[in-house]
Amino acid sequence: MRASFNPLRFLSPLFVTVSTAPAVAARHLSKSFEGKRVVDGLSFGVRQGECLGILGPNGAGKTTTLRMLVGATPPGSGELSVLGFRIPEQARAMRARIGVVPQQDNLDIDFTVIENLRIYGGYFGLTEAALKARIPRLLELAVLTDKANARIGQLSGGMKRRLSIARALINQPELLVLDEPTTGLDPQVRHNIWSMLRQLQNDGLTIVLTTHYMEEAERLCGRIILMDRGRILADSSPQALIRESIEPHVLEVHGANAEAWCRSLPAERDERCERIGESIFHYGGDLESLVRSLDAWEGVHYVYRRANLEDVFLKLTGRDLRDA
Amino acid sequence: MLEAAKRWRSVWRRNAWAWRKGARTALLGGFVEPLLTLLVLGFGLGGYVGRVAGMPYLDFLASGILATSAMNAATFEGLYLAYTRMAVLKTWDGMLAAPLSLADVVMGEVLWMGTKSTIGAVLILAVLAGFGLAASWTALGVLPLAFLAGVCFGSIALVVTSFARSYDFFVYYITLCITPMVLLSGVFFPSAGLPAIVRVASECLPLFHLVEAIRPLLAGSLEPGLLRNAAALLAFAVPAVFLAIWRLQRRLTQ
Repeated sequence: MRASFNPLRFLSPLFVTVSTAPAVAARHLSKSFEGKRVVDGLSFGVRQGECLGILGPNGAGKTTTLRMLVGATPPGSGELSVLGFRIPEQARAMRARIGVVPQQDNLDIDFTVIENLRIYGGYFGLTEAALKARIPRLLELAVLTDKANARIGQLSGGMKRRLSIARALINQPELLVLDEPTTGLDPQVRHNIWSMLRQLQNDGLTIVLTTHYMEEAERLCGRIILMDRGRILADSSPQALIRESIEPHVLEVHGANAEAWCRSLPAERDERCERIGESIFHYGGDLESLVRSLDAWEGVHYVYRRANLEDVFLKLTGRDLRDA
Repeated sequence: MLEAAKRWRSVWRRNAWAWRKGARTALLGGFVEPLLTLLVLGFGLGGYVGRVAGMPYLDFLASGILATSAMNAATFEGLYLAYTRMAVLKTWDGMLAAPLSLADVVMGEVLWMGTKSTIGAVLILAVLAGFGLAASWTALGVLPLAFLAGVCFGSIALVVTSFARSYDFFVYYITLCITPMVLLSGVFFPSAGLPAIVRVASECLPLFHLVEAIRPLLAGSLEPGLLRNAAALLAFAVPAVFLAIWRLQRRLTQ
């Protein structure tokens, strides 16, 4: 990102939220595929200006929830309204006012960067004059001004993602919906996308995204819905989730002698202990004495750290967020 | 209605723009290939067969080739290119995330397929006129027919595409439907020469009606049968458009 670029100056006229209706209101939302309940009675709301992260392992029902939200698939049952529009009945009118970034880029590879924005704007019925006014700002936001006439095939993965986001903003949406915005991108590019999304957030754009990276959720989202098997496990701010659902510190021990070390500890202890795969996790307020007890052992490796969303998920489901 | 037309136009415009970018290659398949067939068979084979159905073989063949190329242009677009946009590049998903419905996408697509068939017909017609094979103003009537044929065969192709799980699937349709249809629809020889039962069956094929409609127009006569042939094409096109929308809706909004 260029240091001289000030997103507020460029974008504030773009994102003026006028309505005060909740961005999303979902009640008892369910959906089944071939008899299998993928989304099971979800109720949640999203306020204007909020950034909501839907976090969960693969198959948790995140993508299906998003698809219902953007009107791509009708809910099986329940009530859903987005920006005050009833879904699916008024999905078309709603889609004119939201932006959608798909999990897999579907940019038009027959065209250049700028042509992609023009064609996509055409689907919203935007005039050439409106496009001419908007496109330079979007290119600037996506840091693609120099690539305006490049073909899609000449762009890197990160550039394509940024263009996908810019394309989703062509209609000046009030709500931006992103399905796993950084999955498959390398860490540096991921930071790049995060900073782009944070700029939009600072401008007051309401954002709903899915992710299975807890770091992404912790950094971007003011609020998190933790999903597993189609249900909501927790709905709170990331800090509150960690504070309320789990002990503050974690000691993660693995290695050939980890089991032996664990058996050597006194049976009666305050801290909680879990075994996941080859690792032993201890959770507690102060684990310093446990850490010191490890000094005497050979063949054990450990990490002593603050608890994070990954641990919350593990505690609530007994499963690892990454490959549950 | 006007709003809907604008949405269809946005899809149409995307395809027209993409076509223009690759026009050179597109013309090779849609224009040079049918002309080669016409000239080689028309002059080469025409010398042996002489007059067919009361006209020189080259004239007879010209209407058949014109009809076939209109069918092929839309069929190719509706199978391979539409499948690519639907399943490989997910271009349609992008459109459906905008305020376009699946019906809008299908309408934009079939109108483009009609346009593509018409473009091919214009070019071929110009060459035919140069050879004196389309001397009368009635030949211009071929253009709306080519458009109708594009919509008709394009929407049928979209129905086929709605069932496809890979490109291989299209071989069935081409081998089992398109090729026999070309052989039986009076493209290369009059279907009057076929056994009665085959002839009656061939009259149920859309390509047969397209060829039947085009042939008198190129020869310079307006015949009442033209309306019947056009109606037959419509009778295929309208249900196919609705079927394509219904099928693709089911496939894409699961």
